[in-house]
Amino acid sequence: MQPFTSHTGRALPLDRADVDTDQIIPAEYLKRIERTGFGPFLFAEWRKDPTFVLNDPRFEGATILLAGPNFGSGSSREHAVWALEDHGFRVVVSERFADIFRNNCMKVGLLPVELPGEAVRALMDAVLDDPSTEITVDLGSMRVSAPTVGESFEIDPFTRWRLLEGLDDIGLTLHHEDAIARFEASRPPWLPTAAPSA
Amino acid sequence: MVRTLSEKVWERHVVRRADGEPDLLYVDLHLVHEVTSPQAFDGLRMNDRVVRRPDLTLATMDHNVPTAPGPADPVSVRQMEALVRNCEEFGVRLFPMGHRDQGIVHVIGPQLGLTHPGSVIVCGDSHTSTHGAFGALAFGIGTSEVEHVLATQTLRQTRPSTMAVEVEGELPPGVSAKDAILAIIARIGTGGGVGHVIEYRGSAIRSLSMEGRMTVCNMSIEAGARAGMIAPDDTTFAFLEGRPHAPSGHVWERAVEDWRSLATDDGATFDRTVTIDAATLRPHVSWGTNPGQTVTIDDSVPEPASDAAVRALEYMDLRPGTPIREIRPDTVFIGSCTNSRIGDLREAAAVVRGRTVSPSIRAMVVPGSMLVKFEAEREGLDVVFKQAGFEWRDAGCSMCLGMNPDQLRPGERSASTSNRNFEGRQGKGGRTHLVSPAVAAATAIAGHFTTPEDLPEDL
Repeated sequence: MQPFTSHTGRALPLDRADVDTDQIIPAEYLKRIERTGFGPFLFAEWRKDPTFVLNDPRFEGATILLAGPNFGSGSSREHAVWALEDHGFRVVVSERFADIFRNNCMKVGLLPVELPGEAVRALMDAVLDDPSTEITVDLGSMRVSAPTVGESFEIDPFTRWRLLEGLDDIGLTLHHEDAIARFEASRPPWLPTAAPSA
Repeated sequence: MVRTLSEKVWERHVVRRADGEPDLLYVDLHLVHEVTSPQAFDGLRMNDRVVRRPDLTLATMDHNVPTAPGPADPVSVRQMEALVRNCEEFGVRLFPMGHRDQGIVHVIGPQLGLTHPGSVIVCGDSHTSTHGAFGALAFGIGTSEVEHVLATQTLRQTRPSTMAVEVEGELPPGVSAKDAILAIIARIGTGGGVGHVIEYRGSAIRSLSMEGRMTVCNMSIEAGARAGMIAPDDTTFAFLEGRPHAPSGHVWERAVEDWRSLATDDGATFDRTVTIDAATLRPHVSWGTNPGQTVTIDDSVPEPASDAAVRALEYMDLRPGTPIREIRPDTVFIGSCTNSRIGDLREAAAVVRGRTVSPSIRAMVVPGSMLVKFEAEREGLDVVFKQAGFEWRDAGCSMCLGMNPDQLRPGERSASTSNRNFEGRQGKGGRTHLVSPAVAAATAIAGHFTTPEDLPEDL
C-alpha cells in the first residue's frame, strides 16, 4: 500500500445523503476478477445524467470527495473503494461513513475523514463558491484545512500509523502467529469445520 | 462483571489486545463466494501466502449463477471459473453450480449446521449479519479483509457499541419477521445502527422461528449496524440438533450448556436501547430507494420530507397521497438471503394455493439453496407455485441484485422479498418495493399491493 501522509487537492461536492455502494459501483461491474480498472464505472448510472456533479468540468481533476452523511452504505463491495481510488480520489470526507465502507477505505489507503456536518457543509460551500479551492488533509496532525475551514478529525492510532507508513496489514498480523496458534489450541472441541461431515 | 451477548462473544475471540490497536479477533467460519474473493486469492498468490485454515473456510456460488437453464454470461462464467481454480489451488471446499449443497451463502451455513452460537463468522458480503440469529457475531467484510482472514484466520476490529432493540408483545396476525425488521429500520434509520451491534430482544423476537430470526438479523446492515444478534435458546438448539455439522452425543450437551451462558446478563447495559410495541406493527411496504423509506400497507405514499425523498419519489415514479394498495407491480420476486428459506416458501405457498397469479404480473420463486428447493418439492410447494403461474427456479441470489440474468427492465416495478430497494438494485432503472413473502404472494394474485387477508375467499 502507498503511504498516506498529507494530501492537498481540489474537491468534488456530492451533496447527497445515504449514497450506497450500489450507486458508487453498480453490480454489473463487479464481475471483473482484477483489482484495477474500476474508475470508468464509478457512479456509472448517475453519470449518465449530464448535470451530475462528476460531469461538471469545474470539478474535473478533484482528488477529494465531499459527501453527505452515511456515505457507502449497503453492500460490502470493496470495488466501490477501488473505483473511487482508480478515478483519482485520495480522500473522502463525510459526516458519517458506513462501517464496512470505512474499513475497506482504510485497507486500500483511500483516507476516510469524518467531520462534523457543519464542517462538511462549509467545505462544500467553499468549493461550490470557488471550485479551485484547495483543501489539505494531513494525517500526521489529523487536520483538514481550507481557506475558510480548519477542523480536526479522529482516526485510531494503529490505523493512522499503518497508513502513514503504508504497511501491509497481513504482514503485521503474521508477526503474531504464535498468539494465533495459542488461541487455536484453546478452541472448544464442538466447533465445526467445513470439511465434509461423516 | 455483567456483559451483553455481543460482548461475551467478542471477548471469547480476542487473540491479541494492545493499547491503541484494534483487537485481533479469531474467525471461526469464513464463507466465500465468487464475487468478492478473486482479488483476495490473487493477493495470497502475489505474496506467496497460503490459506491458514482451509478447514474453516467454505465457498459457494450464488451472486452470479443463472437460476434457469440458458446461456450464462461469459464474464460471470469467468468469475465462477476463477473461484473453482482458487478453491482447488488453496484447498477450500466449494459447492459449485449444480452441486446439491449449492445455494446462497447465508442459507447454506445455517442449513448445514455450520452456524454455531457464540462463534465469529465473516464473509465478503454485507448480509453475513444473518448468522447472528444463532447468537453468532457475524458481519460482512471487504475483499482486503477476506484476504486477511484467508491468510491469518483473524481480523483486526474496533470494538463496536451496543444497541438493544426490544420488540415486546405479540405480533398481530399477518405481521411477519420481515415487517418487524422493516419497521425497526424505519425507526432507527438506514444509518442509525452505524458502529453498533444490535441485539434483538423481547417476547416478539423470542417467539420467532429461526427463519424469522434470520430475516431480522439479515437486514441489520440496512440499519447500518455492524451486526445483529439474538441470544440462543431452545428454538436455536432445536433447529441445530442433528444437522450435518452440529455436534452430537455428549459434546452436544456440553455445547448447549455453554451456549446457554451466552445470553446478556441481567443488569448489563447497552449504549442505546430502542423499544417497539409489537402489537402496533402492520405489514410494511417500501416506497423509496433505501430500506428506511417504508410505510404500512394501509398507508399512502408520503409527502417527501427531504431532497433525498423527492429524488426517491421521482425515481420510483410515485406521487404522494397514492394509497399503497393502488400501486401495481409488474414483477413479484420471492427469494434472496432475506426470505428464501423453506418457512418463507411455505408461508407464500399457503397464500397462493388454489389461486392464480394476476395476468399483469410476472412472478417467480427462487429457493435459497438447492436443499431448500428439494425440500419444497418433497412438500409439493413447487406444484402449488407453478399451478398458480409462478416460475420455479434453481437456487441463487437471483433478482436480489443485478448480477445475473434475473433482472427488472428499466421502469419495471417489483414487489420483492429481498433486502435492498436501492436505485437499480434489481436491474437498471428497476423500481423495488420491499415486502414480506405473504404480502408478495398476495400481491402476485391481486395485481396490486395487498395482504393475504384481503384476498377474496371465493376463487
